[in-house]
Amino acid sequence: MAHRSPPKKRDWSWRSQAFRGLVFQLVAVAAVTFGLWYLAQNTLANMHARGIKSGFDFLMQPAGFDIGESLIPYDALNPYWKAFLVGILNTLRVAVIGVILATILGTLIGVGRFSRNAIVRGVCYAYVEFFRNIPVLIQLLMWYLIFTDLLPPILEPITVAGVFHLSKAGFSFPVPVWVPGVKLVFAGLVVGVVLAWLYRRWAMRRFEATGRVRSLVLMPMGIVVAAMFAGWLIGGAPTAWSVPKPEGFSMEGGASATPEFLGVLLGLTLYTAAFIAEVVRAGIASVARGQVEASSSLGLPRNFTMRLVILPQALRVIIPPLTSQYLNLTKNSSLAVAIGYPDVVSVATTALNNTGRAVECITIIMAVFLTTSLSTSVFMNWYNRRSAIKER
Amino acid sequence: MKSTMLKLSITAVATAAAFAAAPAMAGKTVDAVKARGSLVCGVNTGLAGFSQADSQGAWSGLDVDVCKAIAAALLNDASKVKYVPLTAQQRFTALQSGEIDILSRNTTYTLTRDASLGLHFLPPTYYDGQGFMVPVKSKVKSAKSLKGATVCVQSGTTTEKNLTDYSRANKLDLKPIVFEKQEAATGAYFSGRCVAFTTDASGLASIRNKDAKDPKEHVILPELISKEPLAPAVRRGDDEFEAIAKWVIYGLMEAEEYGITQANVDQMKSSQDPVVMRIVGTSEDTGKLVGLDKEWLVRAVKAVGNYGEMFARNVGEKTPLNLPRGVNNLWNKGGIQYAPPIR
Repeated sequence: MAHRSPPKKRDWSWRSQAFRGLVFQLVAVAAVTFGLWYLAQNTLANMHARGIKSGFDFLMQPAGFDIGESLIPYDALNPYWKAFLVGILNTLRVAVIGVILATILGTLIGVGRFSRNAIVRGVCYAYVEFFRNIPVLIQLLMWYLIFTDLLPPILEPITVAGVFHLSKAGFSFPVPVWVPGVKLVFAGLVVGVVLAWLYRRWAMRRFEATGRVRSLVLMPMGIVVAAMFAGWLIGGAPTAWSVPKPEGFSMEGGASATPEFLGVLLGLTLYTAAFIAEVVRAGIASVARGQVEASSSLGLPRNFTMRLVILPQALRVIIPPLTSQYLNLTKNSSLAVAIGYPDVVSVATTALNNTGRAVECITIIMAVFLTTSLSTSVFMNWYNRRSAIKER
Repeated sequence: MKSTMLKLSITAVATAAAFAAAPAMAGKTVDAVKARGSLVCGVNTGLAGFSQADSQGAWSGLDVDVCKAIAAALLNDASKVKYVPLTAQQRFTALQSGEIDILSRNTTYTLTRDASLGLHFLPPTYYDGQGFMVPVKSKVKSAKSLKGATVCVQSGTTTEKNLTDYSRANKLDLKPIVFEKQEAATGAYFSGRCVAFTTDASGLASIRNKDAKDPKEHVILPELISKEPLAPAVRRGDDEFEAIAKWVIYGLMEAEEYGITQANVDQMKSSQDPVVMRIVGTSEDTGKLVGLDKEWLVRAVKAVGNYGEMFARNVGEKTPLNLPRGVNNLWNKGGIQYAPPIR
């Protein structure tokens, strides 16, 4: 413990380092604020001088254009803000599903590079080198070309079992009719997840207290499935399905994934998975060899060694770069406009052209990506702190 | 000798003044163009018949000819044009920011654009309407039978809104698939991803001719669902340049009306018809009124021909585009192109 002098009274003079630091910081903040204010003022004045209208009031006006696919009910008479919301949800849909799939695939491939099987190792190595070395935009265009060129024409879809249709219009599949009973299934899912989490906590405690190993995977999954089944029974066991049926140029009923969505999702997932695989590999390689040897000498089987000894330690190294990859995937989704997926950039571009509010629309795009990226960061930093080694 | 020195010094002073003044007066497009020695013209990245660069990088097309004619009138040289290819999204910002002097890029003249984008439209050079193109083998004969169809469209145009309006009015439930680049939109259509492709009818003809493997496999449906007056535009706040650009366009139409062509413009100088004499500058000095010299329209017509010749050479019935003159004919020949008199 270093020697500490007793706390001094605050010294309000240039000789005090603390005071100088404070002054410099205030000056820096003032300079940055003034710079931003100057830029904003200048832009507004110049736009006014050239007779360009500005402001966000257009968000309340009817948008007047249709959007190809939407998660929420949307009509061309809805205001611009709702059109933007549709775009944002489409972006998030690709980002969230993409992050989940890329994590699963990337982890499998990263672990696969340590396989004892030379073929598995080789395939994983080839995958990583192939997908991370081709620009993601080219990959998106490639998948889209494959979908739109190879799939059968819209009027002659491939039909499987009479309910799945695959054509250039996309992949159509049946969905349950949205009756109150179906809501109870989702309620069951939520209850099941909570119960499974409680069970897992209890099982961990019992394990630490008695050393008895309980299933931490099968049992919680069973709980979730059982809860959903219970919800389905309570809801009166609804069995009605909305089945897609070709009707002229479109499909009636069911739900469908368009080639645009599949192209963006596949392109981003496969590209990001290659990077995640490298992150996972680096994480695993960072765990000292002695840890593996120690767990072998304890008699742990190989899969237990991986799950209980290596991965938890590797996670500390993996999470920070993994966060960057999640952010990259979300930001790369803005390339979707190249293949016609109506993400927030696509909607903003249309709005920009109809209203001419370039500065405003670009600001909205930036705000959306900044918000999603910062939220992801905050969550991942929290998770990082949780999985870091507790210094005692 | 003395007078030569005097002239030189006057030129030097005037040039210096022009250079000094140019940055201070951003609104003075004419001075800037003269000082620069070239007209910067925003055009389409590639639309056959309207603006297209060949393998040598030489631009041609109806929109390009407008720029050439203005350069000929203003700078005495139709080749002194610098072309800036722009996408639909870039075009207005490029004009607003001063990157280009004039936007001549098949742009639809609408109230919103004219009133809120800091620009002024010039007289429409092509009256168009939005249409649909479908493959012949889809057996679609009318846009009304496109119910539920996916339609490929390029973003950043008035096209999306027209499509939605038409879809709503006729309860067609059309699904737009919006692409940023025209090449991507047409590519998706030709691959069969969309049942139909929509843009201005002139654009459809251009795309069918240039991009389709076999133009005969695609048909343009008879319905035109909107009015699309395609007009060049200039920045607001520079009346002098706007007047020159506007009257060069009117002058080309007027030249057609009075039979002044690229071939006979020099002979026309001996004409005794008072209207022709005003146009070719042998009687009144009409150029002075817009800040140019007497021969301004002679040079423009010599460079690109009159409006009818421009139309015939770039998009008319003898070109691959084979667009009928239709409403773009002069008012006294059954069309709606009507130029106010040059006097």
